[in-house]
Amino acid sequence: MIALLLRDLRLAVRAGGGFGLGLAFFLIVIVLVPFGVGPQSDLLTAIAPGIFWVASLLAALLSLDRIFALDFEDGSLTLLATSPLPLEGVGLIKALAHWVTTGLPLTVAAPALGFMLVLAPEAYSYLLLSLLLGTPALSMIGTFGAALTVGLRRGGLLLSVLVLPLYIPTLIYGAEAVRRGAEGLDPSGALILLGGITAGTFAILPFATAAVLRINLR
Amino acid sequence: MLTVTDLCCARGGLAVLTDVSFDVDAGKALILRGPNGIGKTTLLRTMAGLQPALAGSITYPEDEAAYASHADGIKSALTVTENLKFWADVHGLSDPTGLETALERFDLTDLRERLGGTLSAGQKRRLGLARLGVIGRKVLFLDEPTVSLDGFSVKLFADWLQNNHLAGGGVAVIATHIDLGIDAPELDLTPFKADPNAGGGSDEAFL
Repeated sequence: MIALLLRDLRLAVRAGGGFGLGLAFFLIVIVLVPFGVGPQSDLLTAIAPGIFWVASLLAALLSLDRIFALDFEDGSLTLLATSPLPLEGVGLIKALAHWVTTGLPLTVAAPALGFMLVLAPEAYSYLLLSLLLGTPALSMIGTFGAALTVGLRRGGLLLSVLVLPLYIPTLIYGAEAVRRGAEGLDPSGALILLGGITAGTFAILPFATAAVLRINLR
Repeated sequence: MLTVTDLCCARGGLAVLTDVSFDVDAGKALILRGPNGIGKTTLLRTMAGLQPALAGSITYPEDEAAYASHADGIKSALTVTENLKFWADVHGLSDPTGLETALERFDLTDLRERLGGTLSAGQKRRLGLARLGVIGRKVLFLDEPTVSLDGFSVKLFADWLQNNHLAGGGVAVIATHIDLGIDAPELDLTPFKADPNAGGGSDEAFL
């Protein structure tokens, strides 16, 4: 399983691998929003938690269709299915590799961009914490969606439509945690729910991913 | 070592082959013959466990099967060695001598640092076959292994199959249209063709 993770990370950083695509998209959104909204720092401060979370969610969505599509096209997925790796493990590793290449970089980058949206100083730590807790769920849910649409040509649209509703709880609790942090309220409830969603997806979705992969590989 | 009994397999919800039965002993190969569309690939995929059989049984030692088709699973951004090493690692065999032997047997030593994307079709095929040499599996299901190989490479592959794989107690079921030059019985699938009007697995259509 480590071999698969290392291979996916190596492929991501090599030419055409798409590493940084999500991060670049995230940066662009965060940089453009103040230009669109105008220099009203009160307004920016109020919308910052939501913008950070929406941008993270869309950045994660951007590279989802690559998770299984490339391996499906060149036959690796079929060969992995006959290898000693359980497909459940393949799903888990794919989600992990997606998180390391998209969720983790933007989690690290987000606090550095807080000033662009005049984020309240108290909210920085909660932004980092909520992204760290929430973005793995985005990768795992996305991996399940990618497995569902793996055999389809141009399945990206269907994938987005399938996955977006499942992203909404993570978005709500993630943005809520940052907002409560910014206003000096106790964000622990939202953070606990966020962590719960992540733990739940990682407990259930690897199995669902493996089941739909088996059907799609027939 | 490999026993198939009264196997029925389906493609896209329709039965294509019925009541296929054969035995392959350790150290032997079996060549599948038959016209295009008769179900050679379907039979191989069913035996490899990639799709469920409608009926019948397939027995071979657990965790010993490997499947190879025209899609080699080669990553164009990885070198020849990295591609092979990945498959060896996935199968829990990270012994470097096995890798060197496979590179040598399939005449890939000079290409070892080349990226997968820069290989020719025949070289990719050789790399795909060399994968079989590093994963240490005993039961091979090979679907047209010699497509896009030249005569010399076909001989390299046949030599490896005969002298390394079969001589080491392995088994191979091969669908091919050419003469590999190995001593193996042939099975023509034409008599096992399913009646097109017979219903396949009804739940297949929904899955």
